Amino acid sequence: MTETKSESRFVAALWRVAISSVMLVIYVTFLLFVGFERPFLTQVVVPGLSLGILCGVLVIVVSCILTWMYVGWANSHGDDDVAGHRE
Amino acid sequence: MNTSLGQPDALVIVIFAFFILLSLAITYWAARRTRSTEQFYTAGGKLSGLENGLALAGDFMSASAFLGASGLVAISGFDGMLYAIGGMVGGPILVCLIAEPLREIGKYTFSDVVAYRLQQNPVRIAAAISSLVVTGCYLVAQMVGAGYLIRLLFGLRYELAILIIGIIMLMIVLFGGMIATSWIQIIKATLMIAGSTILTALILARFGFNPLKLFDAAARMNGAGVLGPGGFVSHPLDSVSLGLALMFGTSGLPHILMRFYTVPDSRTARTSVSYAVAFMGYFHLLVFVLGFGAMVILGRDVILRADPGGNMAAPLLAAVVGGRAFLGFIAAVAFATILAVVSGLALSGAAALSHDIWVSAIRGGKASEHEQLWVARGATALLASLAVVLGITFKGQNVANMVGLAFAVAASANFPTLVLAIYWRRLTTAGALASMILGTVGAILLILLSPTVQIDVLKHQTAWFSLRNPAIATMPISFLAGICVSLARPERSAEAGFLKLEKRIHR
Repeated sequence: MTETKSESRFVAALWRVAISSVMLVIYVTFLLFVGFERPFLTQVVVPGLSLGILCGVLVIVVSCILTWMYVGWANSHGDDDVAGHRE
Repeated sequence: MNTSLGQPDALVIVIFAFFILLSLAITYWAARRTRSTEQFYTAGGKLSGLENGLALAGDFMSASAFLGASGLVAISGFDGMLYAIGGMVGGPILVCLIAEPLREIGKYTFSDVVAYRLQQNPVRIAAAISSLVVTGCYLVAQMVGAGYLIRLLFGLRYELAILIIGIIMLMIVLFGGMIATSWIQIIKATLMIAGSTILTALILARFGFNPLKLFDAAARMNGAGVLGPGGFVSHPLDSVSLGLALMFGTSGLPHILMRFYTVPDSRTARTSVSYAVAFMGYFHLLVFVLGFGAMVILGRDVILRADPGGNMAAPLLAAVVGGRAFLGFIAAVAFATILAVVSGLALSGAAALSHDIWVSAIRGGKASEHEQLWVARGATALLASLAVVLGITFKGQNVANMVGLAFAVAASANFPTLVLAIYWRRLTTAGALASMILGTVGAILLILLSPTVQIDVLKHQTAWFSLRNPAIATMPISFLAGICVSLARPERSAEAGFLKLEKRIHR
């Protein structure tokens, strides 16, 4: 019992650290490009779509997907018994 | 271009009056359901995931996110998108690190969680002070912005506009508490999303429903530069520092954190964040298209002539593509946004004053239900009067840096302390105090020494600290201070309390 509990705690911590750091790395990379590589982001992929807009939209989409991934995992991995612990 | 902005227009005033009456009706309905402190602060914890998700998204869809961001895009293109992205990337951090422990351990404020296993009084007072700094700066910035917007939209005097907002906000929070604040926020968020969707559709209809055609038209009008980053942030590292403040500050804003107490359990708390990011993501993309629509259809000159800050881009656009009735609708939604956001801010400030400082620290947690509710209402009245006075005092000041300060303090004081309190066993009372005090004082000090104050306000040639947002320096300082001070002198009871805390979070 205690072992599975500590195991599930470890997995939960892994999820938290993984999702947060993926977001942080993606976002900081994006910011560094915004700060230091402006001409790069101004390049146009197809008329009307610059790399900057593409990356910006992607960062927004990725932040949604990462949130949903974590919520999907956390809500399907039994904290049903947590409700029982609440006063 | 002839628009009815700034002139009393019968139709606009009718729609506007309808929104005020609707807010007051909701407040009346909520007042009859607000009998306990819990209902006042948390709406009884009865909101569903979708409802709380909409309300959370509504907190982010402030007037500055709608009018300010679309105006910024209309004037400078791509750069206007950066603030929106900063708020979005806060979502995964909020849901992974903060939402669940906050719901499981806290009651009304984030100080509940920070103080849980530490010495209550000093920690609560420090957390309440940094909460009040964040909430106060944010509130004053919203009030000043709102005063100008209402003057621009309806031609009212600035002082009168501030007074009207202050009074309606006071009534909403005083009588309706969190129930009224939440439902006004939910209704407003729905209308805001609907209104921006219609406005965007009307714009895109002129471009074959292809946003790329719109962006291309903007690039041909104003140069390809509008599609990429420009001079919005002067120092290259500034974009990183501002970005970090927005990303982590989101998880340290008291009025956002308070939203996790309005749902029944941590599962619903998480679900509400997944709804919130969906609504926010969609809304921010619309705002981006709206901004470019304003740039191409109105032209920058028209926008800048209406308001040098660009804030009138969306209402002007609504008048041009949707007519007067639609302008009235968008203006009323903008007003509802201001009301809903300032009400949430006032409520979280009142919670810090009454729950953390009065009930917990001064009365040692031994206040009757009746006393708690009345102190909370008194604190609300105090904050509302203060917001009106400060709103009028700060007339004509650039309030953008106050929002920057709010996010900087939230990211450098509240967020590090919260993370250490939840995840690090060895945090001590002294460590928590060190991280909060250094984070708050450091952020304020570095902003005072930054170009924002030194060059823009005081007109000096140079600034002591070259970044406009200090988060990149103050966040690590706050973490380090918390860790070093805690390691220097361990606190046994705090470590023992951590086991209890872990059990309650369960994982």
